[in-house]
Amino acid sequence: MSEFAPQSRPQTGPKIKLDGVHKRFGDNIVLDGIDLEVQTGESVVIIGGSGTGKSVTLKCILGLLTPEKGTIEIDGESVVGISGDERDRINGKFGMLFQSAALFDSMSNLDNVAFGLTEGKGMDPEAATEIALEKLRQVGLGENVARMSPAELSVGMKKRVGLARAIAIEPEIIFFDEPTTGLDPVMGDVINDLIVQCVRKVGATTMTITHDMASARKIADRIAMLYKGKLIWTGPTDEIDTCGEDHVEQFVHGRVEGPIQMELRRL
Amino acid sequence: MSADRIPGMLRANPLRPIGSAFLRFLEATGQLTTFTVLSVSHFFRPPIYLRLIGRQMIDVGYYSLPVVGLTTLFSGMVIALQSFTGATRISSEGALLTVTSVVVLSITRELSPVLAGLMVSGRVGAAMAAEIGTMRVTEQIDALTTLSTNPYKYLVVPRIIAGLAMLPLLVFVGDVIGIFGGYIIGVLKLDFNAATYIQKTWDFIEFLDIFSGLVKAAVFGFVVTLMGCYMGYHSTGGAQGVGAATTNAVVSAAVLILILNYFISQMFFGV
Ligand SMILES: Nc1ncnc2c1ncn2[C@@H]1O[C@H](COP(=O)(O)OP(=O)(O)OP(=O)(O)O)[C@@H](O)[C@H]1O
Ligand SMILES: [Mg+2]
Repeated sequence: MSEFAPQSRPQTGPKIKLDGVHKRFGDNIVLDGIDLEVQTGESVVIIGGSGTGKSVTLKCILGLLTPEKGTIEIDGESVVGISGDERDRINGKFGMLFQSAALFDSMSNLDNVAFGLTEGKGMDPEAATEIALEKLRQVGLGENVARMSPAELSVGMKKRVGLARAIAIEPEIIFFDEPTTGLDPVMGDVINDLIVQCVRKVGATTMTITHDMASARKIADRIAMLYKGKLIWTGPTDEIDTCGEDHVEQFVHGRVEGPIQMELRRL
Repeated sequence: MSADRIPGMLRANPLRPIGSAFLRFLEATGQLTTFTVLSVSHFFRPPIYLRLIGRQMIDVGYYSLPVVGLTTLFSGMVIALQSFTGATRISSEGALLTVTSVVVLSITRELSPVLAGLMVSGRVGAAMAAEIGTMRVTEQIDALTTLSTNPYKYLVVPRIIAGLAMLPLLVFVGDVIGIFGGYIIGVLKLDFNAATYIQKTWDFIEFLDIFSGLVKAAVFGFVVTLMGCYMGYHSTGGAQGVGAATTNAVVSAAVLILILNYFISQMFFGV
């Protein structure tokens, strides 16, 4: 095992590597051995039922939750259990859109988006404001919204401010937790395009959680399905319809009949 | 008592509830210690958010002036009344000396720091627990971390520094107002001569009276803001959890203030 991984390795390895990650809350075993490798510049989508631990997986990688077992490596550096300045440095590589948006309600939307630039990177406020306004425009929000506080926004608008905040610092790795939930189809597709643009143009590595299969097909290079604490299937996007995995097929086609339903009945 | 009257759990092992409560206590103590050490360790390491420290100082110091002023004023007044009663009951002579000395000692050494600590805990400690607690349960603290901003430096340190710095200032103002409260009663109700009242107070007061009160103030400022931040930071479970954090912040700070107050007095003036 790579507990004593060297501090940095040549950039050829995977950007993100999870190996046997276990996470439980009391008796509730959420992650039961997750193995996943994400390459630099790759877009991976995680699908899976509600409450299967998709958000928990991302939080483990970000160090917001600490797995009991297993290793997580970013650029070859082991990151489980690091804290303080080390964690701040690693988190400088990340942008995260939280499922709940998690906007700072004590500041304006503009300051929210500019936060990572001014506080995290020490950019001067004027330049940061310019960038923040541009990012807000990219998610379809104008200057009037920028001046409002998060409490004055609808759920979908909050989501988009959160997305602008996540991409504002142009991080190497971006996590999107349900970016299109709560958006209308047109705006949903605008966001899909934006995510694709982050990957293709900026070269970011992304992991996206979504329940929206159209969105998944559009933005994913690879799709992974989480079920009962394990990634039961991982493969290229165009193979998802023909993978022959009953759980995946049922999930993708949203069928009532199938192995997942059997589990529901037993509960 | 016959054996079948003892409840099942106790019969199984009477020490068990005590043991688990003790373990919970140890766990909380350990968590608080870690929190304190981490917070203090971030005091002098950059980045230091001067703007946030300034904002907290205004909130802790300036906006607490009215409550601290009012409580110390009326405390000084009531002490003047009661010490006069005590003095005249013992002897008909020397009431002025008793009144001025009791007012000075009780205000500067005890009441001004304790009252300011309790008032600020109710006003500021509670607000800190609620604000940080809400940020915790709505994932805003997680968001801070992912934006490469250390929540200890950004949220906790400015508040604790503000408490440490502003409480002594508040207590000093409280000292002046409290002694002035005694003076009002002394001159208006007890018919002492105004000039002699001031003269006697000035002759009596010692540096250590004021200084010990200011030391207490700094300690209480630390305790109040620390408990506010700690309870908020570790709150769980939505609105109810934030409510509990707020209550716990105020109660624990109040209890700690009264206990520490005794020990600091003992340290300065114990025989
Ligand atoms: N902080 C926590 N404390 C206790 N249990 C938690 C915590 N966070 C998540 N869980 C549990 O972990 C499990 C997975 O939660 P998670 O939020 O990852 O689900 P999800 O896959 O993102 O679902 P959804 O699609 O509904 O967002 C759930 O059973 C939940 O109860
Ligand atoms: Mg989720």
